[in-house]
Amino acid sequence: MLSDNKENETQSIRTLSAELSNLSRPDGSAIVAQGDTVVQSAVYGPVEVRPNKELPDKAYFDIVYKPLTGLPGCPEKLRERVIRNTLEATLLVNLHPRKSINLILQEMQNDGGLLACCINSACMALMDAGLAMKCLVAALNAVITTEGDVLLDPSLKQEEEAKACFTFAFESINHEVITSNTQGSYSETEFKKCLEICRSASMKVFDFYRECVQRRFSKEIDR
Amino acid sequence: MANRLNCRVVLPGESISNFISGLVSDNFKTVLGPGLQRHSDEIVVTKCGILKYKKPNLVWVESHEKRYVPVRGEYVIGIITTKGSEVVRADIGAGDSAVLSLLSFEGATKRNKPNLQVGDLVYARVLVASKDMEPELVCVNSHGKSGELGVLPSSGFLFTVPLNLVRKILCPSCPLLKTLGERIPYEITAGANGRVWINANTIQNTLLVYNAISFAEHMTPEEVNIMCSEILHGNQEATLVTMLK
Repeated sequence: MLSDNKENETQSIRTLSAELSNLSRPDGSAIVAQGDTVVQSAVYGPVEVRPNKELPDKAYFDIVYKPLTGLPGCPEKLRERVIRNTLEATLLVNLHPRKSINLILQEMQNDGGLLACCINSACMALMDAGLAMKCLVAALNAVITTEGDVLLDPSLKQEEEAKACFTFAFESINHEVITSNTQGSYSETEFKKCLEICRSASMKVFDFYRECVQRRFSKEIDR
Repeated sequence: MANRLNCRVVLPGESISNFISGLVSDNFKTVLGPGLQRHSDEIVVTKCGILKYKKPNLVWVESHEKRYVPVRGEYVIGIITTKGSEVVRADIGAGDSAVLSLLSFEGATKRNKPNLQVGDLVYARVLVASKDMEPELVCVNSHGKSGELGVLPSSGFLFTVPLNLVRKILCPSCPLLKTLGERIPYEITAGANGRVWINANTIQNTLLVYNAISFAEHMTPEEVNIMCSEILHGNQEATLVTMLK
């Protein structure tokens, strides 16, 4: 009975919910909740760029990550960098040379899978701002427990107790990996298993994106 | 609506080649509007929004945006930010401020230039819009006449709305501005950059126009029609109820 239950649990992700354009000042904003992990993001752009950050052939993509408390330290800066690299790969930055696209992420609540939630929230804010993108991106989090089981989208407690923790980001066209971020020790088979579980779960995130956008444009489409 | 179609909601990365080949016949070259790009022989969506099609061969994505990206030929409202002897700079809400030559006004000469002040509003047309260059505005048409372009009177009220709302109220099939005009006297200038300037005889009327426009954002065309008929009959309470719905 227990194993049955567990099998079911490992395959599902926590409930996703989101609100687009929830802030009035930014060009695009989104608040995304993955279970009890909540991240608010806001996008400004393309806007004027500081002269020392100006790039002649593409837009400068700037991310600021704001932790729940205190000042951002090294782990936050690393997270910022991972999110930036993931999303810059999907944005068509070459359409806005000598401009800047600014993204601000505010952690609201952390119950595991924060990096994945940040990436999903940022992607939704970019979608909301109407910025040109090559594809969408969905991030998922999985851990390997001390017993060696794969657990998809764990809570913070499960994440802390785990042997290894993975965050994968997938693009929406061929569902290939854009980002892989891992912590802890694991074997190659464990890595592959996690990757495949996350990849199949990414479809749910993409379905969720589509549902959100459909709801947003529901008043304008001809019935 | 035979020649215009609101097709479906699309997301970035989606390929719509098959869809287009079903719509546009082989005799025409397909024209791709905003939000679409061609990658070798595939047509890929780059923005999320509604895929729209206009006969015979025009396809584009209508999306929700708040930040303006200049496009040649569009009419915008700029705010003068700096003043020079030959040119002024105007903020049009885009990433770069735009340049407006003082000679590109009707009848302007080297000796007789218009007197613009910082903070003035100009209704102008985008002449140069390239991603690598700063935008350039003009206040004359190709015949050297100003037409409706030029400096806006200082008595009006300027507000900013999302770009899709400006497109919505300027659409010929939208009855909102016309119906408002039948009820109250007012002037309006709407720029494609999301800035709307209105000038009515009283503050109440200005606010009525402002509210009617801003509430139209989240309304379907039918709801806009209902609001319009209520405005027309002077039923203020009913108008307010419809607006707040």
